[in-house]
Amino acid sequence: MPDKISEEKKIGVFVCHCGTNIGGLVDCEKLAEYSKTLPNVKYSEHNLYTCSETGLAAIKKAVQENDLNRVVVASCTPRTHEPLFRECIEEAGLNPYLFNFVNIRDQCTWVHMKDPEAAYEKSKDLIRMGVSKAEKLEELEKIIVEVNPSAMVIGGGVSGINCALSLNNQGFKTFLVEKDKELGGRLKELYQVFPSDKQASELLNELVAKVKEAKNLTVYTSSKLKSVNGFIGNYEIEIEQRNHNVNLNVGVIVVAVGATSYKPLSLFNYNSKNIITQLELENKLRDNQIEANDIVMIQCVGSRNADREYCSSICCMTALKNALIIKKREPNRNISILFRDLYTPGTIYEEYYRKAREAGVLFIKYTPDKQPIIDKSVVKVYNQYINSEISIPFDLVVLATPLIANNDNRELAQLLKVPLEENKFFLEAHVKLRPIDFATDGVYICGSAKWPADISESTTQGLAAASRAGTILSHKTIEVEGATAYIPDWNKDLCKGCEVCIKICPYNAIVKDENNEIQIIQALCKGCGTCASTCTKKAIVIRHFTNEQIISEILAFGGEKVA
Amino acid sequence: MDNSRNVVVVGGGIAGIQAALDLADMGIHVHLIEKKPCIGGKMAQLDKTFPTLDCSICILAPKLSECYRHKNITIHTLSEVKNVKGERGNFVIDVLKNPRYIKEDVCTGCGDCSRVCPVRGVYNYFDVNLTTQAAAYIPFPSAVPPVYLIDGEKCAYINYGICELCVKACGAEAIDFNQKEELISIKNINSVILATGYDLAEFENPLRGYGYKKCKNVITALEFERLICASGPLGGHLKRLSDGKEPKKIAFIQCVNSRSYKAKQYCSSICCMYSAKEAMIAHEHDNELESYIFYIDVRAGNKGFQKFINRGETEYNIRYVKSKIAQIKTDAQQNPIIVYEDFESAKIKKLKVDLAVLATCIIPPDGIEELANIFKIDLNKYNFIKTDPFYPVLTSREGIYTCGCVHEPMDIPRSVAEASGAAAKAAESVREVEI
Repeated sequence: MPDKISEEKKIGVFVCHCGTNIGGLVDCEKLAEYSKTLPNVKYSEHNLYTCSETGLAAIKKAVQENDLNRVVVASCTPRTHEPLFRECIEEAGLNPYLFNFVNIRDQCTWVHMKDPEAAYEKSKDLIRMGVSKAEKLEELEKIIVEVNPSAMVIGGGVSGINCALSLNNQGFKTFLVEKDKELGGRLKELYQVFPSDKQASELLNELVAKVKEAKNLTVYTSSKLKSVNGFIGNYEIEIEQRNHNVNLNVGVIVVAVGATSYKPLSLFNYNSKNIITQLELENKLRDNQIEANDIVMIQCVGSRNADREYCSSICCMTALKNALIIKKREPNRNISILFRDLYTPGTIYEEYYRKAREAGVLFIKYTPDKQPIIDKSVVKVYNQYINSEISIPFDLVVLATPLIANNDNRELAQLLKVPLEENKFFLEAHVKLRPIDFATDGVYICGSAKWPADISESTTQGLAAASRAGTILSHKTIEVEGATAYIPDWNKDLCKGCEVCIKICPYNAIVKDENNEIQIIQALCKGCGTCASTCTKKAIVIRHFTNEQIISEILAFGGEKVA
Repeated sequence: MDNSRNVVVVGGGIAGIQAALDLADMGIHVHLIEKKPCIGGKMAQLDKTFPTLDCSICILAPKLSECYRHKNITIHTLSEVKNVKGERGNFVIDVLKNPRYIKEDVCTGCGDCSRVCPVRGVYNYFDVNLTTQAAAYIPFPSAVPPVYLIDGEKCAYINYGICELCVKACGAEAIDFNQKEELISIKNINSVILATGYDLAEFENPLRGYGYKKCKNVITALEFERLICASGPLGGHLKRLSDGKEPKKIAFIQCVNSRSYKAKQYCSSICCMYSAKEAMIAHEHDNELESYIFYIDVRAGNKGFQKFINRGETEYNIRYVKSKIAQIKTDAQQNPIIVYEDFESAKIKKLKVDLAVLATCIIPPDGIEELANIFKIDLNKYNFIKTDPFYPVLTSREGIYTCGCVHEPMDIPRSVAEASGAAAKAAESVREVEI
C-alpha cells in the first residue's frame, strides 16, 4: 500500500438523506455542495441511503475515480453503521481507519426536529468538524495476539470442577488448582443436597470419576497460586505444590475459589453441642445422630444485619431441606423455623417450603429489632400475629449462618489484578450482562467466590465460565481494536511514573515493567481514553482520538487557539 | 460455512442472545430463531434494570447490534420451529418464516413507509398495547434487525387490494407484497438451545379481583415499565391513565396469582426486586412520591439485592407491608383502594392510592406444549421445561439444552449466566463430533 499519509489529502464526503429522517428536515444536496467548499474535499455527493448497496457502490466508485484517501459519511450513527463503512472503504483499497463518521441524524435531525434551520446549521458545523478531523486521520493496524489454548481453573469445588470438565470436553488443556488435599470444596461437608435426595458424596464421586477420565485435565491439589504474569492468551503462572514450584502457561484463568461458612462464635450462645450451625447439623444427619425432640432453627444468623447487609441466599433452602430430612425419618419431632423472609424463589424451592409446612414444620417470622433470645432450655421469640412473646422449648438449636468471602480473596485478587466488592467477594465486569467476566479480558469468575450460590447455580456458572473462556481459546489468535492508548517514543521523557494511569485504567491494561517504565498492554486496552485524559504530563496518546485530531475539530467549529 | 458446526437457538431474548453470541464467538454458526419481528425479548421493553438502575435498552442495544453484525449468526425473525428430525449431532429443523412484506436485505429502516401508511390504530405489542401505530411499522427505534414490517392482518392492500402508498414512498424499493409463508429446512444441526422465555399471567379473569381492566389506575408491572420509560407512550412522565394526574401514592402488589393454592403455587422470583426498582424510578421522577409494597416475603438473595431493598426503604420512601390482599376496589375518582389483611396487626385494613401496580406471575410461554412435542422433551408439573436438578441447562433429551425463564422464573443475571452454561454444553457437543 502506498504511503497515503504523506500524500495530498483528498477527502470524499457522502451526505445521507436516510429517507426522510435527515433529508426531510435539512437539504442534503446543499450540505453536499457546502462540503465541497471545505479544505481538502475533492468530492461530495448525497444519497438517499448511503448504507444501501447503491450507496456503498457509489463510495467505492468515487474513491477509485477521484483517488480519494479519506472518506467522511454524514448520516445516522456509528453505533450501527461505522463497521459497515469501514469495511466498504477497505474494499475500496483504503485503510479502514481513514474513515470518519459524522452523526447528523441521532444527534442532530432527530433531536432538533422542530427547528430545521438550526438543524441545518448544526449539520454544517458537524460536517466541517468531521472533515477537519478526517484530514488528520492516520492509518492503523489491528493488533493480533496469539492465544495459548489452555486454561487454569483456581478452586476444585463444584463450580471449578464443572468448569474444568467442560473446558476439557471442549478440547482445551486445563489445569485445575486446588489448595486442599482433595477436590470437592464445600461439597465434602454436606450430607444430602437440594433439590433432590442425592447424597453430596455421591455427587462428588461422580464428578471426581469424570475428572479422572478427562484426558486434557491435570489436577494440582495442595497447591497455591504464587505468581501471575502476562495477559489474555498468554499467562505465565507459578504455583506452589507441597514445597515445590510448578510453572504453567495458559491462555485464560477462571476463579472458582468458593466461599467460607461463617462461624457464629458470639451469637445465640453457640456452643457446637446443642446450639450448632446448619453445617454441623449435616454431619449429625449423616451419622444419624439426632436425638433431639424439639428442634429450633434460626435463620439470618450473622447476615442481613448492620455488619453483613446481604442475604446469603442458600440458608433457607438448607434449613428446609434438613428439616424435611428429619421429619421424614421421624415425623413426630417438633421443628420450628424462625425466619425473617423465607427465601425460596422459583418453582421447586417454593415447593420445599410448602412441603415443610405440610409436614408440620412451624414457621415463625421475627423482625431484626426483636431478635429471638436463647434462655436456658427455651427460645423466646416475639410473634407478631398474636402480638406477644412465645417460648419454644428446645433440645437443639440450629443456626443458619451465611457464606462469607474467603480470607485470602484479597491476596488472590491482587495477584490477578481483579477487584473485590464491599463484602470481599469477587466483583464481575457487569452485574447484569457480564456476570461471569471480569473487566480484565481473559479472567472469569464463577460460583460462591462471586456470591453465595447453591449447587445447581454453581454448576451452571462453572459451565458458563467454560463457555466464556471458550470464546477466547477457540481461536489461534485474537484481533484487538487498533485505536488504543500508547506512549509515543517522543513522549517517553514526559512520563514521570506517577502511576495515576495504572490506578485509573478500568481494564488493568497499564503496568510498570522491570525498568520501572509504564507499559500499556495493547491486547487489553480498549482505547477508552481515561488514561490520556488524566495523564498529568500529556504523555499518553489515544490513537484515532489524538489531541491533534480533537483540537482540529474544535478549531473547525470556531474555537480559538490559546497560546 | 461448515454445516456440522451449526447450533439452533430458539428465542431471541437476552438468554438466547447471550447463548448465540458465545457460540458465535467460538466460531460455531448459530441460527437464532425468533417469533417476533425483532430480537430483544422482554428486556428490551424494560425501563431500567435492578440493582444498578442501568437503562435496559442502553445496555442491551449493543448486544442486539453485535448479533446482527456477527458473521456466525443468522437471525430468523417472524419464525417458528415446526418440525424436528434426527438426533444430537445431526438434527434437521423445519422453520416456518412468516412474511414481513418488506425485503429485509433491502430495507434501510428509514420509516417512509410508516409515515405514508394510512392504516392507523394498530396496537403495538412492544408498548404492551398501550399505543397504536401504522400497519407498516418497526416495533421500537433500535430494533434489530433494523427494518420495518407490514402487519398482514391490517394492511389495506393485502386485505382490500387498494393503497400501495408505501410502495410509492419507499425509495429503496423494499416493499414486497408477494412474500408468502415459507417453510425452510435447516440441516446438519449439532444441537439446540431452547430459550423462549416466559409470558405473564395477565389473562383477565384471575386479575379481576384486583380491579384490573375495571379501574384504569390498576396496571401491570410491565405496563408500568412502558409508562415510565422515556421512549414509552408517556415520554417518561408517569401519569394516571384515567385523568392524566401525576400519582403521589403508589401501591405495588406482590405475588399476584403466585404463591397461592388458588392460582400458581410457585414464586415468580423477580417481582420483589423489580417492584422495588419501579418504586425507586418513580421516586426519582417525583421526590414526594410514596410507595407501599404489599408482600409475603421479600426475596433479595442475589448480589447487591438486599442492599438495594434497604436503599429503597431509607432513601426512596418505600414502605413494606406484610400482608395478604383481599381485593382492590375503586372509588368514584378511579382511585384504587387496597383491601388487605395486615399481618403485623392481624387486622383487615384499607389503603387508598393513586395507582396500583400488579406483580403478575411468570408463566410458561404460550405454545410451550407444542414446543415440547416438536422437540420431544418433557415439561415439569408447572409446565416449564423439565431440567436436571443439578444441571439446569440439560433437558430430558440429549442435544437439547435450555436457559432462562422457559424452565424456571429467574432474573437477568442468572439468565445470562445460564445462557453461557447452555452454550458450553452445545460447544462440548460440537467439539466432540469434531474430535
